[in-house]
Amino acid sequence: MRLPRFEYFAPKTLEASLELLGQKGDGAFVMAGGTDMMVKMSHGRLKPRTIINLKEIPELHYIKFNPQNGLEIGSTALLSEVLNHADIIEHYPALIQAVQTMANIEVRNMATLAGNLCNAAPSADSAPPLMVMDAEVSLVSSRAKRKVKLMDFFLGPGATVKNVDEIMTAITLPAPRPQTGASYMRISARCGVDIAAAGVGVAIRLESEVLAEARIVLGAVAPVPLRAVKAEAALVGRQFDPETVQYAAQMASEEASPISDVRATRDYRKSMVAVLAKRAISEAYERSHARHS
Amino acid sequence: MKHNIRIVVNGDEYCLAVDPWKTLNEVIREDLNLTGTKLGCGTGDCGACAVIVDGKAVSSCLTLAVSVDGKSIKTVEGLAPSGEELHPIQESFVETGAIQCGFCTSGMEMAAFHLLSNNPSPTDLEIRKGLSGHLCRCTGYNQIVEAISLAANKMQGCHCKKEES
Repeated sequence: MRLPRFEYFAPKTLEASLELLGQKGDGAFVMAGGTDMMVKMSHGRLKPRTIINLKEIPELHYIKFNPQNGLEIGSTALLSEVLNHADIIEHYPALIQAVQTMANIEVRNMATLAGNLCNAAPSADSAPPLMVMDAEVSLVSSRAKRKVKLMDFFLGPGATVKNVDEIMTAITLPAPRPQTGASYMRISARCGVDIAAAGVGVAIRLESEVLAEARIVLGAVAPVPLRAVKAEAALVGRQFDPETVQYAAQMASEEASPISDVRATRDYRKSMVAVLAKRAISEAYERSHARHS
Repeated sequence: MKHNIRIVVNGDEYCLAVDPWKTLNEVIREDLNLTGTKLGCGTGDCGACAVIVDGKAVSSCLTLAVSVDGKSIKTVEGLAPSGEELHPIQESFVETGAIQCGFCTSGMEMAAFHLLSNNPSPTDLEIRKGLSGHLCRCTGYNQIVEAISLAANKMQGCHCKKEES
């Protein structure tokens, strides 16, 4: 279980880390919490020549919220800090639902949301709720800065649109709008620690009693967190009633294209998507009702 | 190239030259010879390697030793104020029979310490959640939950006495 050899840097500024990343080129990796990278390295699946630790950079370690601009989470904010943040608990409960199921206390004291996204596992719990709530990620290189919709971020297992010379510096979520609600539901063999067998994120917006907008993203049932467009379409323009929810859940299940593996079979995952979608749509609806102002 | 780091472990200051690819677990066990901290899975799933870094429980197997430069670390050897007596958490583990083979014990005790530092009187459910990252292959979980509940009572007792005096 020994780690491969690498050189190590812990720059104090983003500028210095970008410069290093550019200088070192291929084989250089940035590390935030390191909880995924360390496992990959000890299993011989990742052999970095250089590791640049981002955790000594104060400007990346923050969580900011205000009711006008929304939420911004710096890339080295810990999962445990997200989980205990009063504004996130109040305004973004779907994100809390995801983070509280991720790994365990020790790992949440080290790991970060940005790391979970950049690791790009199809089962990444934080991806579906962030995607349905219209999250953007900030990618910075020594030459340019850009913002990318998280919906367009993932390309495949372990692959994203982030270039090798870019660092994810922040994740932003828009301010919560009136009559909107979101939820994340997941299932796995064990309640914590274990990777999700299936997960469903839902966000909806009501106009009086009509479902005006819907976003549904499925986790762990495709090579990337998958947007369920047919299920969304089944909700939009309708009222919340059991038949509508049942039909949308069935659509989500049909859109899922999971594999069978040690955690669950393809059929089980598809069935669970329907169950989780039904629950998540219902909870998102209840929350959108509760949020009037 | 080795990196010079300065860490405080259980109140003692160490200046060490470490290879960047050494984990905190390796440095604690091999360089400092503090073998109370165990290495179980090496992937952050079992909790046997838990230590406290700057007040937070972390997996020492997933932590690079270079990355804790300047930080303060508590291992199971530092739980009790001296080598003679036991910490209330350790006493409770002994009294309730929460130790079977003992391999998970130090990690469980560090998790208990982290939990009780943040939540001095947890419910049974909160204790179970606090231990969710810890595996006991002997499966003696009930006694461990009982031990932590007992420890919470003992530590609150100590706290009250101190306030009274």
